[in-house]
Amino acid sequence: MQQNSSTPGTREESTRENGYFVPTVDIYENQKEVVVIAEMPGVGSSGVEVTLEDDVLTIRGTRKEENREARLILQEYETGDYLRRFSVAETIDRERIQATMKNGLLTVILPKAAPARPRRIEVKPG
Amino acid sequence: MAMIRFTERPPFRNPWAEFERIRQGLDELSRNLSREGSSPRGGSVFPPLNIYEDKHSLLIRAELPGVQVEDLDISIEGDTLTLQGQRSHAPAGENISYHRREIQDGTFSRAIALPARIDTDNISARLVDGILTVRLEKADVARSRQITITTE
Repeated sequence: MQQNSSTPGTREESTRENGYFVPTVDIYENQKEVVVIAEMPGVGSSGVEVTLEDDVLTIRGTRKEENREARLILQEYETGDYLRRFSVAETIDRERIQATMKNGLLTVILPKAAPARPRRIEVKPG
Repeated sequence: MAMIRFTERPPFRNPWAEFERIRQGLDELSRNLSREGSSPRGGSVFPPLNIYEDKHSLLIRAELPGVQVEDLDISIEGDTLTLQGQRSHAPAGENISYHRREIQDGTFSRAIALPARIDTDNISARLVDGILTVRLEKADVARSRQITITTE
């Protein structure tokens, strides 16, 4: 997970100099819900922010810097914030969205709204 | 003296053309590398490590999102630290269709050659928020010592 891609999928810019990491995700769907799982190692449940605004689901994770007192002799990953956005279909029941953070994996459950029932409109003779 | 007959002489070539061709090739190569750099994370080695060293200890950090403590095994043999484990986060439901599948499952194993002799009785490891931190104290022989310089 190395690459620091700057502001993925968005035109807004961070005030901090470093860009954002794009977390790898799994997205799957069953009959009841859509589930998004994102890898965000180093982010605790207090550092994660999930928002749904105008059909755009935004996942943002804030990660603490690692201590730099000791000398770094091998670096294979960098620390920074995570950001990724997805557009969400309108058939999601927004009131019941749940998000949990465990072992560096974020799970967002987006329940599908009950399908709109066809309604028959009676036509009365005038 | 070797003689070249006029008709056998190679046709005139621009001596710089070859350099130009090499330069174009390098440009293309660096373009490809930078494009790769902007792709979502997903490296070739798992887990990625950061190793820190100070006077008395070594600190090894590994990014292990989704790995449970019971699925992780750390062992040390001589100067080699081995990290082994497995990860399985796949849902156990039916009628599932994937839209994206970027997170990889399976077993992993990584052996790390330690840069210093360490005290094998004094190792601690913690797994918090998907980050493993292994702290190894250096053995007495490997610690750095200040040498005082005297002058006469």
